[in-house]
Amino acid sequence: MMEIYNDDFNSGAWNRVIDVRDFILRNFSPYYGDDSFLTPPTERTKQLWAELKEKMEEERVAKGHVLDIDENTISTINSHKPGYINKDLEQIVGLQTDAPLKRAIMPFGGIRLVKTQLATYERELPADIDNVFKYRKTHNDGVFDAYTDEMKLARHAGIITGLPDAYGRGRIIGDYRRVALYGTAFLIEQKKHAKDEMIRDVMDSGLIQKREETAEQIKALHEFEEMAASYGFDVTRPAQNFKEAVQWLYLGYLAAVKEQNGAAMSIGRISTFLDCFAENDLRKGIITESEVQEIVDHFIMKLRIVRFLRVPAYDELFSGDPTWVTESIGGMSVDGRPLVTKMSFRFLHTLRNLGPAPEPNLTVLWSQRLPEGFKRFCAEMSIKTSSIQYENDDLMRSLFGDDYGIACCVSAMRIGKQMQFFGARVNLAKTLLYAINGGMDVKLDNKQVGPELRVLSDDKRPLDFVEVMVNFEKVTEWLAKLYMDTLNIIHYMHDKYCYERIEMALHDDKILRTMAGGIAGLSVLVDSLSAIKYAKVTPICNESGLAVEFKIEGDFPKFGNDDDRVDQIAVDVVRSFYKKFAKHHAYRGAKPTISILTITSNVMYGKKTASTPDGRMAGEPFAPGANPMHGRDTNGAVASLRSVSKLPYHCAEDGISNTFSIVPESLGANLAEQRANLIALMDGYFGDRAHHLNVNVLDRNVLLDAMDYPEKYPQLTIRVSGYAVNFVKLTREQQMDVISRTFHEKL
Amino acid sequence: MLLVVPSMRSCKGRIHSFESFGTLDGPGVRYVVFLQGCPLHCKFCHNPDTWPSNGGTEYTAGAVFDKIMRCRSYIATGGVTLSGGEPLLQAGFCEALLGLLCDAGIHTAIDTSGAIPLNKSSKAIELADMLLLDIKSPCSVACKELTGQGNENALATLEFCESIGKRVWLRHVVVPGITYDEASLIEVGKLAKQYSCVEKLDLLKYHKLGASKWESLGIADPLTNTPALSAEEFAHAKEIVEYNKNKG
Repeated sequence: MMEIYNDDFNSGAWNRVIDVRDFILRNFSPYYGDDSFLTPPTERTKQLWAELKEKMEEERVAKGHVLDIDENTISTINSHKPGYINKDLEQIVGLQTDAPLKRAIMPFGGIRLVKTQLATYERELPADIDNVFKYRKTHNDGVFDAYTDEMKLARHAGIITGLPDAYGRGRIIGDYRRVALYGTAFLIEQKKHAKDEMIRDVMDSGLIQKREETAEQIKALHEFEEMAASYGFDVTRPAQNFKEAVQWLYLGYLAAVKEQNGAAMSIGRISTFLDCFAENDLRKGIITESEVQEIVDHFIMKLRIVRFLRVPAYDELFSGDPTWVTESIGGMSVDGRPLVTKMSFRFLHTLRNLGPAPEPNLTVLWSQRLPEGFKRFCAEMSIKTSSIQYENDDLMRSLFGDDYGIACCVSAMRIGKQMQFFGARVNLAKTLLYAINGGMDVKLDNKQVGPELRVLSDDKRPLDFVEVMVNFEKVTEWLAKLYMDTLNIIHYMHDKYCYERIEMALHDDKILRTMAGGIAGLSVLVDSLSAIKYAKVTPICNESGLAVEFKIEGDFPKFGNDDDRVDQIAVDVVRSFYKKFAKHHAYRGAKPTISILTITSNVMYGKKTASTPDGRMAGEPFAPGANPMHGRDTNGAVASLRSVSKLPYHCAEDGISNTFSIVPESLGANLAEQRANLIALMDGYFGDRAHHLNVNVLDRNVLLDAMDYPEKYPQLTIRVSGYAVNFVKLTREQQMDVISRTFHEKL
Repeated sequence: MLLVVPSMRSCKGRIHSFESFGTLDGPGVRYVVFLQGCPLHCKFCHNPDTWPSNGGTEYTAGAVFDKIMRCRSYIATGGVTLSGGEPLLQAGFCEALLGLLCDAGIHTAIDTSGAIPLNKSSKAIELADMLLLDIKSPCSVACKELTGQGNENALATLEFCESIGKRVWLRHVVVPGITYDEASLIEVGKLAKQYSCVEKLDLLKYHKLGASKWESLGIADPLTNTPALSAEEFAHAKEIVEYNKNKG
């Protein structure tokens, strides 16, 4: 077997087996200082970014924000010849197609979707490609062959929505660092060796599947070698310096986004890994700080222009053209050292050198013990750019160790050792209405969608909390099983027809899989149950005797005020749904988890849900993620955060998203105070074992102005449930939703 | 060391509202308790709904203390501010709550107009770590015109703080046509200079965001024709005050 040595680095287990974490812990240099070492953009960076910005502006004004499409080529790892923005300036190269911002077609998820995509932009699928799919099935075909009528109905009613049954599931993070550290020759040898060992007494379907997949992974690595060679790089060997390390790693990531249009194509936890190479080069005097930053800036530019072809229906769910190139920064090592390096600063510094941007999705893993200098820098960057999200490292480290990353928004996973089967989410607010209306959907001609239950809607009698809960338990029991079954079909077919070859090639051969369900409408549900329990809620019925509206008399405690009477309902609901979901068999032995995350689908979910007992009118958006409902958290930000922090992470290990928006004046009188207050807020929140926080420090008037004059704000970035978007790329409906949401401000 | 007696917990007060993330009412992140009731009726008040003493909701000091303690990790570097209304109007309740907080080692501040006579307010003031003292006007006649009461109690409160070495942040609202007046601003600056207990002087801009509250309460807004203070005017006012505060 090969061994990989490099005299510049401390040796260890990583030389003989794939163990990137071992390499990092033996070689990284924690940084305890401030941001004073950082350098401004170089002339080359300024020029390249100016050229790219011009292209991005062309894209923004183009129909559907799509600049160009290559509809003639099925995108694979090496389908396109090399592309450049400006070859003379770029320090890091590689594009998904032959030109920047030109989108590729990736039909293995579903050919019908590609046709819709092309039709949206007045293009047509060429006959020869169409012909391929007369003989070749897609993921989408497979799923619909296996779906039951009940699943189709639940999907149609929107009780289960956003399912990755026609688009790439994503949320798999290839360990792209392996390309830089080992080179593909070593990786292929390891894979071949693993495949040779996949022989057991019974050659059953599970084993056969594994052997076939491993073979595909090896093929993908060879294709990747060809693609890299077309740009002039030999990735069969390890990277020899910082610039190569970035280039190798990026090409690995590029291979993934050329082949998979996944809902979230996250990049992992790369900055501190890359710092080992940068420190080494700096020590040897073969590079300057400015050159290091230039390479980082150019690399980040590439991550900012990852594009996929999508449809308006997708935009309704995940608005603003997100790609979730999530990079996890900071955190602590298990041995107590901060995994903060100068590279952690350099990555965040791109928000200054290039201006704010939604991608990559910069995620700071927050620990109480992070160096103060880094905390201050993060807080300042949040205040100035609203482009960072924070997740609780002290909470996640205990479950995932110190080499996990965040996929998408809030999904933690050990890099290269764990993947998830993404399962979108169920609408729990609608589920409550089914509980009241005997399983019938008033938004779907009173059709029986859920189980037949006693109808509780009676316009002469207020709803009884116990009766509602009894029915609610029954509906969620039914929903949890149906949901798991549906996800099993989806992921079986995704593995079969749209397998993530290159991403999985950058994983161990033995991996932990999670089956990630999700819930939407939590605060609507919880406030509704609180209203039924503490106030008097009488249904107003339609001609069929089903509740379509509610008369609410009296006040009731609302989620978001640190009031245990209602917060406990939220805790109970999450725990109970998780238990119901987790007891069902999951495909491939996956471990069931759930998230409380909506992305921007809270708007669409609201549209599909009739009036609810909390006083929310039909069609009104839900709050995003685990957020309290707009305007109901009346005791200030801390009380609001306190309520969310009570939600049990061990029952929602796929993440609990909370978005916090505040006007700058309410955060403190000057920048120093604002920084200190934001740090105090996060230390308090994460000290209470909360999981995630998006931080927006924004003036509402700026957003209103940006709605009318988008051209003035091309880089205005705002954090929404788990990711960031260019505000001007949101639909008008989504923009209104963002603006109407609670901004913590005082008179 | 204070002895917390059971009666402190059961002491009752009327509360207007809570702000669990106060960043502008004292140092650091503060839990702000807005007490109900105010003896002054300032023309520029942006919370006239805090005036009537019978409004708000009744809480025991113990219940408020418990509510605050849940947020303790957030206010570790800040503390608690009692505001209003005029918190010292319910001096007994303030004493009880401050006693409990003091015993728990939490930093406390009282945000007051100083309108309450010292024979009622002094004990609470002594218990708090600091005062945010709002000087409505340095001139008693003008103060009576503006708030319905002269400034004697406020000045006596300041004097008292000086005598016991209580840390004070002075505050002063600048209203166009009323306190936006050179002579008056000079006096405010001098006041800050005169007292060594004054650590900081905060000028606050008069704004119109409270107008809707007057309207919804059905009270005629006496400043309905007064515009908000402009940024330029505010900068000018600051300049005058700072100059007189620091003048040799």
